[in-house]
Amino acid sequence: MTMIFGVPLAVFMGQLLLGLINGAFYALLSLGLAVIFGLLKIVNFAHGAMYMLGAFATLLGMRYLGINYWAALLLAPLVVGLFGMLIERVLLRRIGHLDHLYGLLLTFGLALIFEGSLVNIFGVSGARYPTPEVLQGGYQTGFMFLPKYRAWVLIAALGVCLFTWFMIERTRLGAYLRAGTENPALMQAFGVNVPLLITLTYGFGVALAAFAGVLAAPLYPVSPTMGSNLLIVVFAVVVIGGMGSILGAIVTGLTMGLIEGLTKVYYPEAANTVIFLVMILVLLLRPAGLFGKEA
Amino acid sequence: MATTQPLELSPGLKRERRAQQRRYAFYVALVLMGLVAPFVAYPVFLMKVLCFALFACAFNLLLGYAGLLSFGHAAFLATGGYVTGYLLSSYPALTPEMGILIGTAAAVGLGAIFGMLSIRRQGIYFAMVTLALAQLMFFFFIQAPFTGGEDGLHGVPRGELFGFISLRNNLAMYYFVFAVFLFGFALIQRTVHSPFGQVLKAIRENESRAVSLGYNVDHYKLVAFVISAGLAGLAGSTKTVVFQLASLTDAHWHMSGEVILMTLLGGVGTLFGPVVGAGLVVTLQHLLAQSPLGNWVGPILGVIFVVCVLSFRSGIVGEVLKMYRKNFK
Repeated sequence: MTMIFGVPLAVFMGQLLLGLINGAFYALLSLGLAVIFGLLKIVNFAHGAMYMLGAFATLLGMRYLGINYWAALLLAPLVVGLFGMLIERVLLRRIGHLDHLYGLLLTFGLALIFEGSLVNIFGVSGARYPTPEVLQGGYQTGFMFLPKYRAWVLIAALGVCLFTWFMIERTRLGAYLRAGTENPALMQAFGVNVPLLITLTYGFGVALAAFAGVLAAPLYPVSPTMGSNLLIVVFAVVVIGGMGSILGAIVTGLTMGLIEGLTKVYYPEAANTVIFLVMILVLLLRPAGLFGKEA
Repeated sequence: MATTQPLELSPGLKRERRAQQRRYAFYVALVLMGLVAPFVAYPVFLMKVLCFALFACAFNLLLGYAGLLSFGHAAFLATGGYVTGYLLSSYPALTPEMGILIGTAAAVGLGAIFGMLSIRRQGIYFAMVTLALAQLMFFFFIQAPFTGGEDGLHGVPRGELFGFISLRNNLAMYYFVFAVFLFGFALIQRTVHSPFGQVLKAIRENESRAVSLGYNVDHYKLVAFVISAGLAGLAGSTKTVVFQLASLTDAHWHMSGEVILMTLLGGVGTLFGPVVGAGLVVTLQHLLAQSPLGNWVGPILGVIFVVCVLSFRSGIVGEVLKMYRKNFK
């Protein structure tokens, strides 16, 4: 059997794939955070809760409304996105003129409300969501077993990431978004409806988180606390990469997932903490973040 | 022979004197209230309030006076608690004040490291860095051999203060905690009203201006961070001695959020705000725990958070001060 630094190739590749999938989730979530931060200048602490709501919408949709996985893939981000737009309209807009730390605090409060309420209704232990039939089983490649669903998660997440990149960097709407990031007052003067743009942006960022939640539903137990622990790691990823660039967020997310996977192979005790350690290293060597602009 | 004229004070200085006298009278009244409090209310509950009040005051030094939002103060609370708890459990000869001192020193050391790392970024990034570092500590506490992992440390002996005052008596314990709180509060009061505190406020208001005036901003921020971390550690250490336990709850990010809420509710940037906020939150948790809503503490705190941010940003003490200034000056 082929060995890589004393670890069987199959195990090595398996962990690498798991790392890459985690990385895809980091990428999707930090991408949404970056998009929201760009225009609203707030860090959305409710992002983990939105990811969790996406997974719950999928689970409950199937349980009570008979909505299957593929429909949920579209509907859950839509519903959560609309919910996010409502939050922006009713709550976030009212503190838009204040120090941006208040946005962080407000969304933190929201996260506590969503997470705490669902814990009371559904308990902390997670529920299982079945893998869709088409994606059950896997491929036996020469060196490892590749479950179909994991391959699909990777493709779907990367596809959505690239789609977002294309939307923001190559379309007219994206150009508005980028211009609004630079100078919202001037945009408003040019006749662009900036408040609407802000609402849509928040909705879109939140929908990305919910999409990640749908993808995660068959992989991990669906529980109310699934989002918050993930979010703190994503914050570290965002500090490492900086929120200035879309591609930066994607690349950093995937890389951190891979590093985490590798750590799981060679030094599993540190698998939980390695991303935080990388963050410390980046803060020491390049305080602005890998893709960040110097303040 | 010239007659000696008594020195005339300018009216402004007189007013200043009188305001200071009023302030000191207020402090004295509060200390007296603190002294009789254990005969009115349950001492253990009061001690809990005092520990969290000190914790919130320490946090407020950073947010209220230096404008730095730390989302990782649970790490210092827990470090103080675990170090003190471990030492007092493993070395019975150690007196509680020594255990608390060493626990506080550990928090100061951790504060120096975290401070140096986190002040390299500003604003929202600062909050995220402190949160991530505190999460790192959380995982460390789960895995480290001396913390008891998921179970935590139980049955930490209260011991004899200075070797001869038994703290097993709740009243003695209360007065010790009250003294610790007064020490921490006085330290913060001095810090805030010193030239150092003035520079901190300048940094909070306009950092680049403070830099252009020639202040080494990073140095000031770091010192404030270390003082804050140390006092948070002191609160954690004292809390461990009072409740004889140290657990992961103290290290969890919920705790970092709770201290923000206490400060926000009471009044950011006011000396007494965090004390009032801590009192209210602890009381609320206590009342809810006995009511049918016991499981809803988290969401209720979340709602208070949202309401505070939306329409009550000065906090209770801040609003009272505003009203006082409007009507009496």
